[in-house]
Amino acid sequence: MAMHLDIVTPEKKVFSGFVDNVYLPGADGEMGILPQHAGLVSALQAGELRYLHNGEVGTLAVGSGFAEITQEKVVVLTDMALGEEEIDEEETEKALERAKEKLHDQEHDLDAEEVANLQALIAKQMAALSFKRKRRH
Amino acid sequence: MANLRDIRRRIKSVKNTAQITRAMQLVAAAKMKKAQDQALAGREYSAHLNQMLADIQQNFGDESHPLLEKREGSRELVLVISTDKGLCGPLNTNLAKALVAQASPDAHYVTVGRKLRAVCEKLGRKVLADFNVKDPVPFFQTRPIAKLLTKEFLDGNYDKVTLVYTKFVNTLRQEPVVTALLPIQEIEGDIEAESEAAAHGMSTEEKIKDAFRDYTFEPSPAAVLEALLPLYINYQVYQAHVEARASEHSARMVAMKAATDNAKKFIKELTLEYNKLRQGAITAELLEITTAMKAME
Repeated sequence: MAMHLDIVTPEKKVFSGFVDNVYLPGADGEMGILPQHAGLVSALQAGELRYLHNGEVGTLAVGSGFAEITQEKVVVLTDMALGEEEIDEEETEKALERAKEKLHDQEHDLDAEEVANLQALIAKQMAALSFKRKRRH
Repeated sequence: MANLRDIRRRIKSVKNTAQITRAMQLVAAAKMKKAQDQALAGREYSAHLNQMLADIQQNFGDESHPLLEKREGSRELVLVISTDKGLCGPLNTNLAKALVAQASPDAHYVTVGRKLRAVCEKLGRKVLADFNVKDPVPFFQTRPIAKLLTKEFLDGNYDKVTLVYTKFVNTLRQEPVVTALLPIQEIEGDIEAESEAAAHGMSTEEKIKDAFRDYTFEPSPAAVLEALLPLYINYQVYQAHVEARASEHSARMVAMKAATDNAKKFIKELTLEYNKLRQGAITAELLEITTAMKAME
């Protein structure tokens, strides 16, 4: 028994195929999804996504987004989905630094939405970094 | 009859034009590839997002959201996405025609791209704001536009918001479309879902069951909707821009190719004309010489 998993970002379809399970970074904590799961729509936070495809575990660092789960299908919509080799640690660190700085310096000038966006960006990059570091050790 | 020097001059000028249009064609072709890829890549996400929202809406009988609220009035705000530069065939003209035909005359406008802003001004329509969007389209630049539209709608200044842009079909075809953005309509589970269901070998019965499945929401239905709807709007606006850009570059590429081809044809015709004239001149000269010789004998 397998279910179909689609991981889609605005740039491309990152993964599409049948998997045996998938672990998602849900808004309320990590959740494991097996086939025949009840219908569920969940917000996702930035973190790590794992799935079992043909007996092999695939992992991706994902940004915040949404997942729609039905009995035979899981669709993950996110603004980022990167494999380990796609993450440039230095670049990410720099971007993280920049975002933090901007948030720190201009917190009073930005409106709530921009602050939220920046925070999402920071969370995303932190997720990517911790994902990369975890793999290395 | 034109004389030789005139024709020579014309050939030269047409050749120059052909060179320029050819260069523009190559530039447009390069940009077209990128823009088309961007538009096509975005469609997948957009389709899934639509599907997700459609599924959720079926589960929301009573729960309402200000962005879903339908209003009686007819005050309309229209976002028009056109191009900054011309030389892209009938693209902007078609868009302007669609705009005039479908949008109500007393609507107010938000424009992207110089070409249709000029049209709006000429028609005496009120332009509320004008945005500049870089090429290729960055997501963060379309967000303020979506924000403005949402704000105007939520503040009650307008009862509906409409999108007017050119949808990219293929390199040779681009269609002007007028779609409603706000309030968010009943979204149909689109065609893609049907074909996908068919591909997975589901029977009709299963499909019906599939369409009425119940969902749980995490963290809560309101929270999911609260986050999903703005994303949906942002994304619709972004996708419209990307489509418009892909259309622009495709149309320009095709227009410039046609221009280059025409110029080449013209050069060929002119060269033929030129050679005929030259030959005529030589024949006439020879004739004169021989007659002169004959007369001297």
